[in-house]
Amino acid sequence: MKIIVLVKEVPDTYGERKLDLETGLADRAASEPVLDEIGERALEVALAHADAHADTEVVVMSMAPESAATTIRKGLAMGAGSAVHIADPGLAAADLGLTARTLAAAIRRTGFDLVITGNLSTDGSGGVIPAMLAELLEVPNATALTSVEITDGSVSGTRDVDGGTMRVSAPLPAVVSITEALPDARFPNFKGIMAAKKKPFETVSAADLGIEPEDLSAAWSIMTAIAEKPPRTAGTKITDEGDGGTRIAEFLIENRLV
Amino acid sequence: MHDLTDEEQQLYDMVCEFADTVVAPQAYEADRTHELSMDVVAQMGELGLFGLPFPEEVGGQGGDYMALCLAIEALARVDQSIAITLEAGVGLGAMPIYRHGTDEQKAEFLPDLVAGRALGGFGLTEPEAGSDAGATRTTAVLDGDEWVVNGSKQFITNSGTPITRFVTVTAVTGERTRPDGTVSKELSTIIVPNGTPGFTVGPGYDKSGWRASDTHPLTFDDVRVPAGNLLGERGRGFANFLRALDEGRIAIAALATGAAQGCLDEAMAYAKTRNVFGVPIASHQYIAFTIAGMQARVHTARLAWHDAARRADAGLPFKKEAAIAKLVSSDAAMLNARDATQIFGGMGFMNETTVARHYRDSKILEIGEGTNEVQLMVIARELGLAA
Ligand SMILES: Cc1cc2nc3c(=O)[nH]c(=O)nc-3n(C[C@H](O)[C@H](O)[C@H](O)COP(=O)(O)OP(=O)(O)OC[C@H]3O[C@@H](n4cnc5c(N)ncnc54)[C@H](O)[C@@H]3O)c2cc1C
Repeated sequence: MKIIVLVKEVPDTYGERKLDLETGLADRAASEPVLDEIGERALEVALAHADAHADTEVVVMSMAPESAATTIRKGLAMGAGSAVHIADPGLAAADLGLTARTLAAAIRRTGFDLVITGNLSTDGSGGVIPAMLAELLEVPNATALTSVEITDGSVSGTRDVDGGTMRVSAPLPAVVSITEALPDARFPNFKGIMAAKKKPFETVSAADLGIEPEDLSAAWSIMTAIAEKPPRTAGTKITDEGDGGTRIAEFLIENRLV
Repeated sequence: MHDLTDEEQQLYDMVCEFADTVVAPQAYEADRTHELSMDVVAQMGELGLFGLPFPEEVGGQGGDYMALCLAIEALARVDQSIAITLEAGVGLGAMPIYRHGTDEQKAEFLPDLVAGRALGGFGLTEPEAGSDAGATRTTAVLDGDEWVVNGSKQFITNSGTPITRFVTVTAVTGERTRPDGTVSKELSTIIVPNGTPGFTVGPGYDKSGWRASDTHPLTFDDVRVPAGNLLGERGRGFANFLRALDEGRIAIAALATGAAQGCLDEAMAYAKTRNVFGVPIASHQYIAFTIAGMQARVHTARLAWHDAARRADAGLPFKKEAAIAKLVSSDAAMLNARDATQIFGGMGFMNETTVARHYRDSKILEIGEGTNEVQLMVIARELGLAA
């Protein structure tokens, strides 16, 4: 069983996050880069399966600037067997479509039984990559899983929906995405960190994958405007003069918060 | 810090993450109830922290002393009690067995010690023998194929946890006549398993700091252990624990640096968000300078322990450097704890804040593993001065 886990370097979720107002990209210098937590959880799903099934091969894959190699290596320290890093300056401003095309090409090239991704990155929050990948790879897609079971020929799991839980399953090969409901990822230990140095780490360019970043034949998303998030406005203060409860309820209803 | 390899930096970052997410949330409650969290100890074991400086052949992580100290520093930022549990567990529990143990002793104790499934204590200090270890009164007499141990020890870390397997005690095993005719005590170290009849672990102390760390007085009343429990050569007790103490000073220096860093981080965050007279207090030059001074102390302390650890790992003499590192870093921790609590104002006096805990915890850093007066004594002697 070969599982590819997509991971992403993002600005520290708990640190200050900034947009570069010239390019519209995340300002990577503004905060510490970290491995996206949702990607770590996806990796944990794969590693937990590998712990119980010795014949499992786990590959971490990321499309990210050259500088992200250290962060991707953390996936190896946690226990993945090898890494594929798609690094190409031409992909710096890639939109969701180009990202999906590039990742799909790399996934095909590496070969897979199962691709596991997070449902939503904490920086771009596009949330459509898993579906686009499944489409491009022509395999089934199970999104936003809150639990995952992997067997030889299929993957199944649950998805929370309004007022209930859905059970879904798909034959392999497939693409699944998971939510924060899945367990926290393990910490890498020192032995893992040292071993990561010796694990296969492949760096590939867009050209290696037959991707032409300048190819505009497919539709592109174009950023038309960008602005800093407006500063938070002062809230509404309700002073309790005996009718505080009622007024809070009115406020919530008025603002469609209930 | 630029002297760290990529792997060392990753280790430090990883332990910081573990400290922030697993250790920090339980620190206040553990301190309040004087209760070492065995769950956290178990998780540290799974993470391989107790095996850091040991080779993989004995179940370790294949790192060195530097790696261990990096982990201790990272933990101490948020919880000194947990950091000292690791420091003592490795430096005083496992390391003497690894270094001086026979094959049987290693086989019996090391696998569980390096995995964090068991802890060992090291009993040197006695009511009448602290800084002056030569004044040791505990005795061990060979009777047939057994040692009979009598005496008492005090302030012994990790000696009474649910997973404590043994305490290595220093004891007088005879007398030695020097070439010049003077007579001196022969000191040896003996492994006394917990639960041996006559070995009593007294109730934990009511400490002002490091309250979640496990510390007990011990008494030995005709305690019989096999002759094979002698650790290292007979009469080499002094030499053995002096090496352990020298190394321990580097680890305490790393711990103190972590404490000083923790105080700095807390003070920075608080000063930027606490508004008084309509402005964040960080905008006052006095506060900014205070924090700048804190940063300078952290940096110096870190340089000092890194250098001592690198020397130890390289097999170079490190006695003086270890003493200096312990001296400057414990000062840094005390001063930063004091500055950080001051910046927190009244809130800094509340035990629920990390800075209040650092304020109480840091004092022992100037006392344990050799008082700072003893460090000055060591440095002075290394300089060739009579001290
Ligand atoms: C929480 C905690 C945990 C501990 N864990 C352990 C442990 O696991 N194992 C262990 O063996 N011990 C342990 N200790 C004991 C610790 O190492 C001793 O307390 C320390 O070495 C000091 O010894 P003492 O308390 O007897 O002080 P003393 O030796 O009585 O010293 C009292 C004061 O006199 C000063 N002084 C002494 N001699 C001189 C001199 N020549 N010149 C100038 N000043 C001098 C000292 O610096 C100190 O300020 C622990 C202590 C504590 C509080």
